[in-house]
Amino acid sequence: MSQTNADSLEQALEQHRHEWVEKLFELGRELKRDKAGLVGVMLITALVLMAVFAPYIAPHDPTDQDLTARLAPPVWYEKGTLKHILGTDHLGRDVLSRTIHGARVSLWVGAAVVLLAGGFGVVMGLMAGYLGGRTDAFVMRWVDTQVAFPGLLLALIILAVIGPSLTTVVVVLALNGWMVYGRMTRSAVLSIRQSPYVEAAEVVGCRWPRVIFRHILPNLTSPLLTLGILEFARIVLAEAALSFLGLGIQPPATSWGLDVAMGKNYMFMAWWLVTIPGCAIAVTVLAINLVASWLRLISDPQEREKQFARHMAGAMRKKMHATIKKELEAP
Amino acid sequence: MGRFIYRRLIHGLIVIMGVTIIVFVVTRMVGDPVQVMLPLESTLEQRAAFEKKLGLDRPIHIQFVDFMANIVRLDFGESLWQKRPAMDIVFEKLPMTILLTAVGIGFACVVAIPMGIIAALRPGGVVDRITVFVSLLGLSVPQFWLGLLFIVLFAVQFKILPTSGAATPAHIIMPALTMGLPTLARLVMLVRSSMIDELNQQYVKTSFAKGLPFVRVVGIHALRNAGLPIMTLVGWEVIRSLAGYSVVVETVFAWPGIGLTAIQAIERDDLILIQAIVFTAAVCVVVINIFMDFVYKLIDPRLKLT
Amino acid sequence: MSASRNVPLLEVRDLVVNFYTRGGVVQASRGVSFQVDYGQTLGIVGESGSGKSVAVQAVMGLISTPGRIEGGDILFQGRSLLDQAGKKFVREVRGKDISMIFQDPMTSLNPVFTIGTQITEVLRHHMGMTRDQARRRAMDLLGLVDINAPEKRLKQYPYEMSGGMRQRVMIAMALACEPQLIIADEPTTALDVTIQAQILELLTDLQQRLQVSVILITHDLGVVAQLCHRVAVMYAGRIVEVGDADQVFASPVHPYTKGLIRATPRLDVVTERMVSIDGVPPDLISPPRGCAFSPRCDQAKKDCLRAQALTPLGDDRHVSCWCAIKGDTR
Repeated sequence: MSQTNADSLEQALEQHRHEWVEKLFELGRELKRDKAGLVGVMLITALVLMAVFAPYIAPHDPTDQDLTARLAPPVWYEKGTLKHILGTDHLGRDVLSRTIHGARVSLWVGAAVVLLAGGFGVVMGLMAGYLGGRTDAFVMRWVDTQVAFPGLLLALIILAVIGPSLTTVVVVLALNGWMVYGRMTRSAVLSIRQSPYVEAAEVVGCRWPRVIFRHILPNLTSPLLTLGILEFARIVLAEAALSFLGLGIQPPATSWGLDVAMGKNYMFMAWWLVTIPGCAIAVTVLAINLVASWLRLISDPQEREKQFARHMAGAMRKKMHATIKKELEAP
Repeated sequence: MGRFIYRRLIHGLIVIMGVTIIVFVVTRMVGDPVQVMLPLESTLEQRAAFEKKLGLDRPIHIQFVDFMANIVRLDFGESLWQKRPAMDIVFEKLPMTILLTAVGIGFACVVAIPMGIIAALRPGGVVDRITVFVSLLGLSVPQFWLGLLFIVLFAVQFKILPTSGAATPAHIIMPALTMGLPTLARLVMLVRSSMIDELNQQYVKTSFAKGLPFVRVVGIHALRNAGLPIMTLVGWEVIRSLAGYSVVVETVFAWPGIGLTAIQAIERDDLILIQAIVFTAAVCVVVINIFMDFVYKLIDPRLKLT
Repeated sequence: MSASRNVPLLEVRDLVVNFYTRGGVVQASRGVSFQVDYGQTLGIVGESGSGKSVAVQAVMGLISTPGRIEGGDILFQGRSLLDQAGKKFVREVRGKDISMIFQDPMTSLNPVFTIGTQITEVLRHHMGMTRDQARRRAMDLLGLVDINAPEKRLKQYPYEMSGGMRQRVMIAMALACEPQLIIADEPTTALDVTIQAQILELLTDLQQRLQVSVILITHDLGVVAQLCHRVAVMYAGRIVEVGDADQVFASPVHPYTKGLIRATPRLDVVTERMVSIDGVPPDLISPPRGCAFSPRCDQAKKDCLRAQALTPLGDDRHVSCWCAIKGDTR
């Protein structure tokens, strides 16, 4: 008896694994079809690898100063050297190395803020949506009030008073951004709660933690994932802006925003100081946005159907042109 | 209606109270204002005198009551940096930020709405795909960097526009463009997606079946229905800009608005001026929010103002 | 009315409409032909998904993106609506000479415009009326569809009205330019039963008073029997039987028509049992060869695998069934 039980469990697990592999393959196939999404995923993978292995990839220590080689141009200029492929800044630090290391800060801040704000927001939203009544009223009033705050100004002041650092930047950005998750989770919970299967679970006598974790949360994953990724992009930009204003990451740490701010003073003689870290931010955010829009597309069957219809419409238009051409060419 | 205004005003008061309390707490409790505001080399007597002048020697709850009473009178005290009433400075700088916001977001609307509609007419077509990609790009470029690029390009390379300041009307072009471009990108995406949704609605079919011209169906019937999300975003963008996001653009172009003033006040540890600015920003946000609710009602008669 | 009466008001010939979906090409209309004469009411019946709506939407030029008209012709008063000149013609005709009433009055009206605006815009566009003229005409129209206090109603928004009221507004809008043909696509499906009766009565009354032609799409055979002069039965994107309504109901020929009639509850005949048709409607991505109904037909035989065109049976009756044509009408 127990033997068969174990067997069936194993089988179930096996099947489960198959489903996962199958899903991953399916995702891969989807990705092959959507080139923009593919580019986004590849870029992000590259960025993450770059951030993780920064010390091994970067040719120099990002804080190493070489005052004899200040403001050296990139390698393709006459004065450029292979030692500093993308040139150096006003203190002779290697721009390429700083850019590689900058990815660490951007991605770390992005991930930390999304996890913190997302975690808090989702918990608040779940409580508001599921418990309802006074909890709901309180949380939603809180959200409404905080949404109406001049968030960035408050963030700037708090950072100025407490003192900017990696941790304070993360905390301040998380405190500023949890409301979106809260609102979305709450409205999703409200609509899912009214669906028959959740009502059934409640009637059967499931206690609320079980209902939330077994029945409600799984339905929230794909919208939350999309939102989280979009927020990630926003946070990367926000961190860059804060660092640019001098209220984010502080030297000697490296951040793309900080590098742009420092390069600003040498903008007219050393364009690469501003351009390269700026491009790094833009490429990172663009990649994240591409992935987010691809995810949104594949998680919405209706949207996929529409996309296909559009594709077909385009193809049909093209085909028509071809036939019209053929007809014109025929004598 | 009366009830609606009443409720919104109460909520607005809560927001403003909340913001001022946070500013109060952050400035008095987390950091020592005297420490922050006075130079390190100041003597103990100087510190005591300064404390007395700001009323910081009294118990914290009395300070708070005082603080609130002063706010009601719109009197935050004298700016430590400029040595004149903080509110005077705010009233001088605020119009510049409003002007910049209006021109920047106005420009975004004028360009984004037609662009979004054209993209929505043939979703998946060449125009649509280019529009979407350019908008994604616009969303991804950091604003401060865009501003610097503009300076290099138009001020240094082509020498057709002034670099910074607000002396002539030409001075507003680059800051407004920089301010408007991310808004434009977001707006294009939103106009496009809501127009695609609306054009698939049954009433659009009815309108076509009525034989109405294409322009009327798209530009009046569908657009008015898409108007609600569009106006929500526009309102949000205005709020965002007045609530501090103009800081970045104003810093890059040295535009003498409230954002630049805020960052300067922060650099100079002028907590009094900061308090005045944050309070004003909160009031702006509340006022615009209430105003936007009326705009929504104008666009969509189904909305009930509660 | 001046147009020659030799040609029918509307003629649809071998209409082919395909929808391109991820699953494949849905052949929604596979060569549909029918005609409507002046002052005549044609009922089109069939299951959901049999292509009824697609056929009339093609007439109105409402087939869009995934769908495409890929064959056949549509003639209004003898002029094509599909050729190059027809594209201009259809713009003149649509909403003026042919108007349409949709299934769901809840979503068919634009939610953010008043009823008045939505009625008068048709009049101002097609008839070139001034604002004032249009408003007066709109009030008359509301009176025509039995809406009282028209002055007040014109200022209301759709959300302030009941479903039945909205459908009356849709009818008023359809009548605005004194059309020659009204297409009603399941006009009562979304309404309460009592309201259904009122709306149908209104439609019949207006049809008789204004001598307008009507195409009524429905899956309610009772409604067709009551209102229509002629009836066309559609199955899987084709018309399987068409003829005088009374005759078709009295002696259906196609097995599908028979099945439909058997499956309809009747108050006047007690003897016959209500029987459902076994099986499910075919998949229009890959419809069965030959007669699409043959897999569900208890009289199917080898011949049924070959396509059978609509064949006249006399008395203006057309059927596409091998059994029927060989006189084997058990």
